[in-house]
Amino acid sequence: MNILVYLEASSNGLKRSSSEALTAARSLADGSGITGIMFNGTPEAFSAAGEYGLQRCLNINDNFIEHFSNSLAAVAISEAAHANGANVVIMSATATGKDIAPRIAVRLQAGLLADCIELIPTGETVEAVRPIYAGKALIRVKPDTAVVVATLRPNVFTARKTERTSVAVETFSFASDKDVRTSVVIRTSQNEGTMDVAEADVIVSGGRGLKGPENFHLIEELARSLGAAVGASRAVVDAGWRPHREQVGQTGKTVAPSMYVACGISGAVQHLAGMSTSKVIVAINKDKEAPIFKVADYGIVGDVFEVLPKLTSKISAVTGRH
Amino acid sequence: MNVLVCISQVPDTTTKIAVGPDGKSMNPHGVKFILNPYDEFAIEEGLRIREKFGGTVTTLTVGGESAKEILRTALAMGSDSAGIIKDEERLDSYIVASSIADVARSMSPDVILFGRQSIDFDSFAVPSMVAELLGWPNISMVSSLSIEDHSVTAERDIEGGKETVSATLPCVIAAQKGLNDPRYPKLPDIMKAKSKVISEHPKSSAVRRVDVLDMKLPDTKRLNRIFGESDKELDEVVRLLHEEAKII
Repeated sequence: MNILVYLEASSNGLKRSSSEALTAARSLADGSGITGIMFNGTPEAFSAAGEYGLQRCLNINDNFIEHFSNSLAAVAISEAAHANGANVVIMSATATGKDIAPRIAVRLQAGLLADCIELIPTGETVEAVRPIYAGKALIRVKPDTAVVVATLRPNVFTARKTERTSVAVETFSFASDKDVRTSVVIRTSQNEGTMDVAEADVIVSGGRGLKGPENFHLIEELARSLGAAVGASRAVVDAGWRPHREQVGQTGKTVAPSMYVACGISGAVQHLAGMSTSKVIVAINKDKEAPIFKVADYGIVGDVFEVLPKLTSKISAVTGRH
Repeated sequence: MNVLVCISQVPDTTTKIAVGPDGKSMNPHGVKFILNPYDEFAIEEGLRIREKFGGTVTTLTVGGESAKEILRTALAMGSDSAGIIKDEERLDSYIVASSIADVARSMSPDVILFGRQSIDFDSFAVPSMVAELLGWPNISMVSSLSIEDHSVTAERDIEGGKETVSATLPCVIAAQKGLNDPRYPKLPDIMKAKSKVISEHPKSSAVRRVDVLDMKLPDTKRLNRIFGESDKELDEVVRLLHEEAKII
């Protein structure tokens, strides 16, 4: 198996989702035959990749990263896969990964295994398990092709460091098509200082039980004590209490954090669709019949206005976060 | 400006999924099928583009005979014409994308609109694949869109924020919630849509690239430990999260 892993740099190293992809690749290939690929990789990012056992990384130095084009990124990664004889291309199913993986699969005449939650090595290639119908069923899929492209659902694969390796960085140039280059230009406007629910390891979500936007400080305080991101149910997003980017569920984001705390959320099917694969689920609701309790590991039947402040101070006492 | 809107028919969100007798697909018995929720945003955006620039809106789906129902919904909302590519299985996103790309080549629309994902297979794959097959740019997760001259500028959702992307036409757009408020079809239009002709297009001869080996229901066992709101019980919850779940 010859694996190419697309890695996304973050401001201080590597995105965690990329560390997860590297760890998954390592467990497939026993550490050998893995090449990374980055766009305008930084020394911090290469060094971080070394902590996850990467020994060789292709770097594409091109100012198109400032005007990132998904079609051009797909050309670059496909050419790198081809030039290196990679038969497995892996990346995280981030906004970028989901966008470029299908293009790469078309270019490489490869089967696309999308949003995988498990990779199973089968000799020279891989099979995968992936959720469908919003996680209500799982299918095992197998490529019918010599080359396979797999995207991994973020937060499902554990990122495990290994003995640090030094990463040999090679510049990779590719034949770009100017027409493609000019077709997409991007300006990013990150929401400063907020953690995204799709990337968070712990999420505290609030629903209609909070009774109004002015009470969401209770959610924010609990989130701070846990180092968590703030999420929201569809009801409160539709009501304009919280921004859409925080919405968890069918028309929002699908998340799979280590812990999901649902506060004043009844647990409509659409909400469960977005969070039911979380590792540990805690629910706080005053209605003991609320469907959210059926998927909860730890349920607290009580008034969120009573429970949240108490729970926050008790958790702060353990975590030291305030 | 000619727009092609690609939509799909999916099981209703509240459907309880059961594995069918073949062991690798859903048992369709008793399942209610609906228009994929994100596709409503795509249809609405297509209609708005036509209202602004003139031209036509064609709606296309890939599926079995019953999928014609969602095309009638699109026609009732205001789509000019509708077509279906007959493919009952619809399991391989590459074949679906190839079939759509074939129709797109024969129509040469200026914009192809999709919902951001189909909520059955959740692959997020078909829009980007169609764009790659056609050699067009694509923008996914679009929550705001404007078209001027021969380019589009769109805002899309990414982790931790939004980014603004511009692309040349023709272009593939995948609609996210927030792009618009889809209109409800009016009763007379629903009646009229029933008698409209739906054209049929051949399925692509592309070969399957991914095979489904089996389907199962997830193991959803949860601890289901329920506590009250007393101090003592909350202390116990925190202790369990710390010592048992080892999560804090």
